[in-house]
Amino acid sequence: MLGTEPPQLNSTRSTDQESIFLLGHLMEGLTRYGKNSEIIPGIAERWEINDQGATFYLRHNALWADGKPVTAHDFVFAWRLVVDPANASEYAFIMYPVKNAEGINTGKLKKDTLAVTAVDDYTLKIEFEKPCGYFLGLTAFATYLPVRQDFYKAHADRFAADPQDIISNGPFILTRWIHGAELTLSKNPRYWRAQQIKLDRIEVPYITTDLGARYNLFRDGKVDTLGIGREQIDRALADRLRMQSHDDGAIFYIEFNHRPNRPTANLHLRRALRAIINTSEYVSRVVAIPGSRPGNGLIPQWVPGIKNRFREEFPLASHTQNIELAKNELELAKNELGGSIPPLYWLTDDGPGTARNTEYFQNIFKNHLGIDIFIDKQIFKERLAKSREGKFDIVSSGWGPDFADPMTYVELFTSWNANNNGKYSDPKYDAFIRQAQATADQQTRMQAMAQAEQIALADVAIIPLFERTVIWAHQPWVHGIVRHVIGPDPDFAFVTISKKN
Amino acid sequence: MLNYILKRIATGIITVYFIATATFVAMHLVPGDPLASAKAMRPEIRANLEKKYGLDKPLLSQYGVFLGNMLKGDFGISYSEKNRSVNDIIRSHFPISAVLGLLSLFFATLGGVLFGAIAAIRRGKITDRASMFFVILGISVPSFVFAAIAQYLVVKLNHTAGMTVLPVAGWGTFSHMLLPAVVLGIGSLALQTRLMRSSMLEVVHQDYIRTAKAKGLSPLRIFLFHQLRNAILPTVTILGPAIASITTGGFVVESIFAIPGLGRYFVQAFQQFDYTVIMGLTVFYGAFLVGMVLLVDLVYGIIDPRITIAKRNI
Repeated sequence: MLGTEPPQLNSTRSTDQESIFLLGHLMEGLTRYGKNSEIIPGIAERWEINDQGATFYLRHNALWADGKPVTAHDFVFAWRLVVDPANASEYAFIMYPVKNAEGINTGKLKKDTLAVTAVDDYTLKIEFEKPCGYFLGLTAFATYLPVRQDFYKAHADRFAADPQDIISNGPFILTRWIHGAELTLSKNPRYWRAQQIKLDRIEVPYITTDLGARYNLFRDGKVDTLGIGREQIDRALADRLRMQSHDDGAIFYIEFNHRPNRPTANLHLRRALRAIINTSEYVSRVVAIPGSRPGNGLIPQWVPGIKNRFREEFPLASHTQNIELAKNELELAKNELGGSIPPLYWLTDDGPGTARNTEYFQNIFKNHLGIDIFIDKQIFKERLAKSREGKFDIVSSGWGPDFADPMTYVELFTSWNANNNGKYSDPKYDAFIRQAQATADQQTRMQAMAQAEQIALADVAIIPLFERTVIWAHQPWVHGIVRHVIGPDPDFAFVTISKKN
Repeated sequence: MLNYILKRIATGIITVYFIATATFVAMHLVPGDPLASAKAMRPEIRANLEKKYGLDKPLLSQYGVFLGNMLKGDFGISYSEKNRSVNDIIRSHFPISAVLGLLSLFFATLGGVLFGAIAAIRRGKITDRASMFFVILGISVPSFVFAAIAQYLVVKLNHTAGMTVLPVAGWGTFSHMLLPAVVLGIGSLALQTRLMRSSMLEVVHQDYIRTAKAKGLSPLRIFLFHQLRNAILPTVTILGPAIASITTGGFVVESIFAIPGLGRYFVQAFQQFDYTVIMGLTVFYGAFLVGMVLLVDLVYGIIDPRITIAKRNI
């Protein structure tokens, strides 16, 4: 069951969760995600990666659904399309590790200079712009999927618009798509790993955002999986659903406006605000989703590090509320800001739960520090626009990862990042990130990123609030659903069904 | 008569033109950016997208292009469903909303006329009081509350029966349509019951009813041909706008019952700031409303020969 109609199944342009979910079942890139979210061979059976580039050796038995072989040319064609400015792909940036990709995408270089070549039908050679320590993970991402030139050209503007306009090389083929209503994916007998796929069909019989309707359909046995909203947890407990939790990798935080004319540019004020926040209380009382973790740093628990998880290798002391420190910092801030703290403008959107969220902080800041918060509530797209333009003191922000590396989070707060809406800027921070980006040596990279994180935290660039967990349930007869942080989620490729009841 | 219809069509076109212009102006005045996305876009990519949607042109020429395309019946490509044209969205989703809407209106009108008439005839009695109680309930409780309750009850029913008595949600067969049509029609039914009751009350005391009784006509004949026919006009009046609003405005009910109708596109388009869909749907809805009002005016003449529209010379 999907929340919304998949907006874009053209893999060179997809950006959203629904489309990536479907593409993950219809298509296969050089690599794919395995049962434990690890990278496993896909169309490529083996590869060599070093600081300068990578070579992928494609398996000879991989076929498109019409029987033609999947070749290195299909990747070259797709990747050129991604960075082609005329294609206006919003995710083109994820291909920037490939040499000349950024230049082509910004119109400075010619399209055929992309450093990806098909040495022969089954060998794909890639040169890097600079060493990329997480390139292998990228090859499983939707934007890196292959597209076959002759098929694409034959379908022109209609490519991926309807079942006959999309061709699979993955475990399933799209056999039915009634826009806004339902989709059916059927097993692809020509998929090279077809004998490992036990599922005959994936049906998406309903598309609705209404949480109550989704819950009722699940209770009625019409759908096999269910995301459970915060308001429904009590009902789910009463109905004895077997609930599971899944860290989806998203972090949420308070972002400050660091532009010089803003009160939040003052370090002492930011320190005071951070010291007064009790993240554990916030998570248990406001977020109130079992399993959610209080935020501590820039990099959440799930992210891999050198050998284990990054957070285990570079642990942080957990944040605790310190009212005395907050009051001291507040006095320092008042002195520097001319005697008093002006009211702060808190930008937020009209999504579910945002009122609870902002009112909680409004209350705390007023009661403990005497600071007034004016809430500026906008529709989602307008919230985005206002945050880009810097029209706020504080904005509720969040970030979902694009790849499985701390870089997807720490790069956010570099002075050159377009998503750095608060314009946080620190030369030492930038230097550490550049250092991490210049090498593929995991020890050096991770070390540098951990040091950068320390700087941002000492500066209170942001206040980490929580790491999101989603609660979900599945019917007892479904086995082997895999949840991924990155990539198609949930992953039904290796699901088996036992007899109902 | 033909003259009158032509005149009405002409004023209708002008109305639709004003609706289109007002929507266009409003959409460009309110803050919001249809291309905004959660992840920042390179200026170069943004420029490409603006070119694709014609947003790079000055506002006046955008308006010109919009009007030109509208005349050709082309509303452009959706911003959120990037492979679909607005026409395609209307073509595939309006019929579903229309079927649902007409079914619910059929239920609402039939029920409303019947209950209203009965309540009027039995004025002050228990049936009248009971029906008025339900009318207040039907008018004041929003349809999504009825929808949620109805759906919850169906889940319980199916669970108890151990089989699918009624589908919980979805679309396709008549059994899928039943529950949403009833839920969608409740508000309209209540309103029509009220209207019908008051207009019926006026009619029952008219002289011609007494005359009919004195002639010795059967009560059923009096009810059907003397009372009902004369009292039904207000119901017909609200039918035009009701058809238009119910066939396009069932978005909450459509969302709860997972029905792929046009209603949800209305809401989604506004939330996502999908310019082309907002504009296309507003113009479509405006034209539909104007058409329905015209149709109702013509039906007047058929129901009540005293109203001869052609001579009214509007």
